[in-house]
Parts: sequence; C-alpha cells; structure tokens
Amino acid sequence: MARILSLTLNGRARADAVPDNLLLLDYLREVAGLTGTKTGCDGGECGACTVLIDDRPRLSCLTLAATVDGRRVDTIESLAVDGRLSAVQRGFHEKLGSQCGYCTPGFIMASAGLLRRNPRPSDDEIREGLGSNICRCTGYVKIIEAVKHAADLCAKGLTP
Amino acid sequence: MNQIAPVHNIGDYIPMIDGPEKVSGRAKFTADLIVPGALAGCIFRSPYSHAEILEVDVSEAAKLPGVKAIVTGADCDQTFGVLPIARTEHPLARDKVRYRGEPVAAVAAVDDATAREAVRRIKLKVRELPAYHSAREALAPDAINIHERRAHNIERDVFFELGDVEAAFAGADLVREGTYNCAEVCQNQMEMHAALADYDAVRDRITVHASTQVPYYVHLMLSQILGMDMSRIRVVKPHVGGGFGCRTETLNVELIAALLARKAGGCVRLVVNREETFITHRGRPETDIRLKIGLRQDGRIAGVECECTQRGGAHSGYGVVTILYAGSMLYAIYDLRNVKYIGKRVLTNTPPCGAFRGHGTVDVRFAFESLLDQMAHEMGLDPIAVRRANLLQAPTFTDNDLMVNSYGLPECIDWVEKVSGWKQRRGKSPSHNGVKKGLGFACSHYISGASKPVNWTGEPHATVKLKLDFDGSIVLLTGAAEIGQGSSTVLVQSVAEILGLDLSRIRIVTGDSDVVPKDNGSYSSRVTFMVGNAAIDAANNLKAVLIAAAAKKLDAKPGEIECLGELYRAGAQDKGLTFNEVVTEALKDTGTITVTGNYSTIPESHGGKKYRGSAIGGTMGYSYAAQVVEVSVDEDTGVVTVDKVWVAHDCGRALNRLTVEGQIQGSVWMGMGQAMSEEAAYHEGLMLTANMLDYRVPTIQDSPPIEVGIVESIDPHGPFGAKEAGEGSLAAFLPALTNAIADATGLRFNDLPVTPDRVFAALEKRARDAGRRHDGDS
Repeated sequence: MARILSLTLNGRARADAVPDNLLLLDYLREVAGLTGTKTGCDGGECGACTVLIDDRPRLSCLTLAATVDGRRVDTIESLAVDGRLSAVQRGFHEKLGSQCGYCTPGFIMASAGLLRRNPRPSDDEIREGLGSNICRCTGYVKIIEAVKHAADLCAKGLTP
Repeated sequence: MNQIAPVHNIGDYIPMIDGPEKVSGRAKFTADLIVPGALAGCIFRSPYSHAEILEVDVSEAAKLPGVKAIVTGADCDQTFGVLPIARTEHPLARDKVRYRGEPVAAVAAVDDATAREAVRRIKLKVRELPAYHSAREALAPDAINIHERRAHNIERDVFFELGDVEAAFAGADLVREGTYNCAEVCQNQMEMHAALADYDAVRDRITVHASTQVPYYVHLMLSQILGMDMSRIRVVKPHVGGGFGCRTETLNVELIAALLARKAGGCVRLVVNREETFITHRGRPETDIRLKIGLRQDGRIAGVECECTQRGGAHSGYGVVTILYAGSMLYAIYDLRNVKYIGKRVLTNTPPCGAFRGHGTVDVRFAFESLLDQMAHEMGLDPIAVRRANLLQAPTFTDNDLMVNSYGLPECIDWVEKVSGWKQRRGKSPSHNGVKKGLGFACSHYISGASKPVNWTGEPHATVKLKLDFDGSIVLLTGAAEIGQGSSTVLVQSVAEILGLDLSRIRIVTGDSDVVPKDNGSYSSRVTFMVGNAAIDAANNLKAVLIAAAAKKLDAKPGEIECLGELYRAGAQDKGLTFNEVVTEALKDTGTITVTGNYSTIPESHGGKKYRGSAIGGTMGYSYAAQVVEVSVDEDTGVVTVDKVWVAHDCGRALNRLTVEGQIQGSVWMGMGQAMSEEAAYHEGLMLTANMLDYRVPTIQDSPPIEVGIVESIDPHGPFGAKEAGEGSLAAFLPALTNAIADATGLRFNDLPVTPDRVFAALEKRARDAGRRHDGDS
C-alpha cells in the first residue's frame, strides 16, 4: 500500500506517494535525493542517519516515512544559511570533528539538536547527547571540541 | 611598496580542504551515487564453513521478472589477491566454499527487493567438509587442506634467529616467558562496502566507482578477473568513509559488481550491508603469542624469543606480509641483539584477515611491552628506565638490516613521563570506594610506507603532476587515495609551501584513473612520506619553470630571481612581476604547463637478505610513540574506565598539527577498542558479532580525553622532515592499558579484549585463592 506523505522537509512543504513500509532514511536518500543522510548499519546501531524531526534527533533508519506526515524534518542539507556553514558545521570543520566524513552528518544533526535544547552543554552533556552516534576516526576528542566551538559561535549569533 | 612575502603553512593547524563538503552533506560516497536506471546487485553467500560445491542452482532466480543478470563461479575462473605470489581467491567461489559468507553467486535486478528475492531462490548443493575454525584445528595432523597448494594449512612459516638466543638467556639475570592471545578484530569503518560498475557494451569499456584505499590495485584485479585490457577500465574513487586497512586490497564487491555489469550490459550498484561488511572483514587475525625475554639487572634486554601464530582465515590476502611484519618489527624500536622469531600464518575456515591499522605489529607489541613491564616490576626497576636502557643510537641499521635515521622515542618517553606525573604517581594506586587507580606505560612504532611495494614494477614509488594554465590556478593531480586521513590536504600544503602561495591557489584532483597519475594507494602510512616527497619535487620543478620565465621577462639570470609566492623579482629594488604575469610569460613557450614530480625509496631502506621475506619492515622512516594510560578499576564489578591518556608521537615533523593530532587520537582510541571491548566472535564459523551492538566499538561515553604531545625528530629523508602519524600510536595503548590495570590491581591480563567479565572473573579467582590460603593458615 502507498499513501501520500506531506511534510516540511528542510523548510519546504512537500508531498510524495510513499509505500507504507518505506523507511524515512530511504525516502530521504532515494525519493528526495538528499544523500547527505548516511546509512551506516542495519538498523539503529550507529546514528549515521540521524535527522531532526520537530527539532529532536531521531534515527531515520528506524522511522517509517509515513509516520512523519505533517511533521518538520531537517537533514544536514538544511543547516547552511545562504550557502554559509552553520555553527555546528563550522565547529566540525574547523576543529576536525570530521575525518572521513561518513558519520559526520549524523553527529552534526545530533549536535544541532543538542544545541537547540541546551546552548551551553558541559562535556558530560555532550557525551550524553551524542552517545548514540559512532565515529570510527576521531576518538571523539575533537568532536567534543567541535561542539564546544559551535556553542561559542552560537553565542556570537550564528544558528546551530 | 607592499610587503609581499611567501605564505607558509607547514606546522599550522589547517582544517581539511575537503571539510566543507563533508560537513554539509555534499560529499558523495559510492553509495550516494544513485544513478537512475541502475540495476541493484545482491550477493548469495555460503552458509557453510567448508564444503565442496556440487551445484549452484539459479534456475528459479532466473525466472523472476526483473532479474537481468546472474553470475556464479562458472562465470570467472580467474583468481585475485593483493600479493602476486598468493592470488588464490575467486570473486565467486568455484569448486569449494571456505568460509561462511563467501560469495557464491550474485544477481542484478531492477530493484533491491527483486534482487534480494532472486538471491533467496538460489539453491546451493554441497558436500560438507571438515571445517577448522581455529589455528589449532587447522594445524592438526589429520586436517585436510583448505587450499590444495597450501600443505598443512600453513600459508607461511617464518623462522629467523639473529645472534645467539640461548646464550643470551643463559647470561641474563631474569628470563620470563608469557603466552598471549589477541582476539580477531574488525576495522568496522563507518562506510559499508559499495561499488558502482557501468559497462559500455558498445565500446567494451567499464567504469567502476569503488570505496577503496587502492584504486590502482582494483584496476589491476578488474583487468585480471574480467580478462579486459587495462586500457578499457576506468576506476574512480569517490569520498571514502574510512578504511583502516580493510580496503587496502581489492574486494569481492568491486569484482562482482563488474562481472554483473558486463553480463547485464549496463550499470550495477552493489551496496552491501553492515552484516556483510563484518563477515568479509579483512581485519586483524586472532593471534597467539609465546614470548620469552631475557633481561639483565641493568635493564638491558639480552635476548628475545617470539613465537607468533595467526588465524589468517580462508584466503591468503596479505597473510604472508602480516606474519613477516610481526617478526621484523620486533626490531627498530629498541636495540636488540639476540632475537629468534617463529611465525605461522594459518589458513582457517573463517573470513580472510587482512591489513588492519598497525599491520602485523600490534599484537606482538602488546605481548612485548606487557612482558617487559612485568619483568621490570619483578626486578624492582622502573618500566620507563628499562626502555631507556635499550634505546637505539640513530642513525643505525638494526640486526635485520632496517634503516633507522631519525629516532624521537627518547623525547616521546620524556614527554609522557613528565606530563602524566609518572614519577610521583605510579605505584601509589590510590583506592576509593572499591575503585583502584593505576598508571601504565608502553611504546610502539610504525613504518612510513613499505620501501618495496607489494606490486613491484620498477616505476617510481610515487608520481604527482601539476598543471598550470592561463587562469593561474595550479591543479595537483594525484592518485593518492583520500580516505579521511587528510592526504589531499597535506599534498596541497606541500605544493603551496614550496611555491610560497596561499592554499587557495591550489586545487586537487584525485581518484580517477582517466586523469590522475597512478598511485599505489593509501596503506602502510606511505602517502605523506612518498607522495608528499613527489609533490615537493613537482612543486620545485614548477618553480624552476616560473623562475626561468620571470628571468626572461625581467632580463635577469634565473639565479637572481627571488620567488615571494605572489611576486617574482630580480633583487629587492625590482618592482617585479605578479604571479599571474609570470604565468602568462611562462605559457608563451609551451602553452599549458604540466610538470611531474617523482619519489623513490633508496636501496638501503629495502631491508637485507638475512632471511626469506626480510624486505618486509623496511621503510624510509619509523615513527615512534610512547603512552601513559590512567585507569580506574571497579573491583566490585570488574569495570575498567580509562580516565586519561597521554601520548607522544614522533612524526618527524607535523606538517599539519590539527590532522596529526586527529590521527594520533584516532589511533590511540582504536587501540582502546581492541584492548577493551572489540572481538569478532564465532560459533562454528558463524560470526556472532556482525553488528555494532554486539561488536562493541567504544562510544563517546566510554572514551577518555587523549592529550597529544608532538615530537619532531626531523627525518633527513621525510617531506619537510615528516614521517607517519596515523598508525604508530595504536599499538602502545593495548599494553599501556593492561600495565595500568596491573598497577591498579596487581592482576595481569594477557588475553584481549580485557572485558569486565574477564576482570571480574580474575578478581573473583584472586579472592577465592586468598580465602583458601587464609583457611590453610588458620
């Protein structure tokens, strides 16, 4: 069975016919063509597919597309403002929170969600907020620095 | 007049030049190449560990509407493998299957669901054979051969004795022997394997996009497997989501995608899932080590005997190289005189192992640094003093003819000793509410590129091209595979530094065999050293062209021209020419300028001929690392927490401090995973840990602060003095951790990973033994 999915994706209203069993991850990548969101595992293990649903980080690989009807979904492609990197994107770029870059969109969306809730997270709150995401390159040290740098940039007026 | 000066970047903190793509979601990885109309590939894998294939029945699969091509072992009788001496693997099994998960057949269909359904309809008829899931079983006298031409399931036996080990032990003050077991571990890079193969039936050409560290080796193997001339093949490497060694050889995925694409006459996208990535992982083999060290009271190591057995898995892969590294790299860190090494690489019915970060060196280093620490304690010596008693005097050649020029290990040791407060804090093991703290120390090292490539052709080890045209931008063309380690950034830095230009003048093109010069790939930490030197050579060649052009225009001699990056002038009073004016002048003779830079290692670095395979371990420069790890051990639960790591790494010269720190932290942390939680566990050849919940990679909540000290020994041959930074720090974490646990609790762990279960069991056993002794006393 298919149904019409209406949502606000990266700030734009959109409607598509989607099968009932289509995952949000596959909808984003294959229907909407937004391949910034990554598939890193066979379901709920790694966090690479994290997106924001109504500002809260969610695993798009464990979410049926049909369940986001009427909701607001933001992916990594939504963050840049006028082509310029957002605070979290700059944090990850400038502090090397990203090496190979594969887990990066998931980490950035989880971090953006964290900073929208808590603009000045402590180290422990960052660890808690990013605890469902796995990175295999950095050892996480520079990811924590990246999020703190992003928080500083937010304090100067940049959007997360 | 404005002060114009060359722009320098070496030693700065420079974010990666491809960072903006990665943080914005624009970076395309192979699986992101969603081509309309492409067929979906899916692989049928062996459910048997070891069996003779009687029939692969694809008739039901072929009847399914939407299936466009099916390939089996019958479609290709060629073999592949990274070592020319050990190409024993078929892309799809023929005659026999040798591990659970080995590809047997593959389908290309109109969509994923159809491809998966077709695979479900494939029937495999076999006669099961005895299967060997451990090295011990495979070595049993009555075991049959997994590969016909590998008698007794031994891929390679290595033996050497340099010096007189028995005499050395007889003259030592303390001789101790330990046995160690390191579990098999997987790279588990975040991007799962993927390939996109597009066959052009009109021209008989194929283009393959692959998630690889070695596009050139993929090119070679595609030619071999497809029976196509290399000139008909194009290999493209998009962004790659990590590798850590599992992609340093051609994988079945790329070859199967190509076979399917040719048979279907079109484009096939083959993306395997996480479970498939695990069960074909090419990780670090399970390793058993028996190690014996003779130590003198002055701390000098008198002799070493090491026996190392690796469970290599079902195919050769890098196996011969791995077992040779494990022996040769006993050397080049300490001054060793009497060493005996007995290595056995064993074929088993488990997934083929490969070249995992720190290739071949890690498990032996764990054993060595553990036993040394234990013996130092027994003799009442400071473990750090014992290392200092055995330092090399560089420049030197080791007994196995490895060339050591720069040697920053002493400074690494000094740094971690100081910043960790080692002298004041070690051995105090404070205890609070059943939680004991401890400090552990260890050293490690690694090569900066294998001096002899596995595929020896006689060409330079690295070639870089620079193109300069009317627009004044310099395009750097390289085959070096950026896999997230920052190779593109460091190459751009190197060229910019020589020319005194801002990084923004340089663009880099990499990873497309149609355009870039061949490169052996990203493995053995070769890129910064070898390709970096080639980039410097190319930049110097370009600079000479520009200086000649400036001299001509300014009516001066080339020797009089001063290059200030954006300005070329003949003496300080000369107004000079802008860079763009020099370019315009230079183009007049030849049009578009292309220069080449090359690099080759020197013969002295190729290892000697004292034993078979002694070239393995030879390099132009060794990196060195020392680590102190601080742990808390909860004696009620067995949970070990790493509170802090101090690591110093001699990378010759840090060309980019940001990426060097990132590499070192990543290495240490990857060592932590192997030491504490990661293990590929099997039940009769079936992997029990083929997902990231059961295969426990440390999360951000498990991971400690890692403080990095960079030691710069300025290697005489390195690019700007640099050596490798991305592997050498890994190995020392493992023994530094277990040495810290010993400092905290008095318990030694010789088997990895040190899980809470193992710690708890050891604590319980000690308590029981103490209870029995207490009962006996009373």
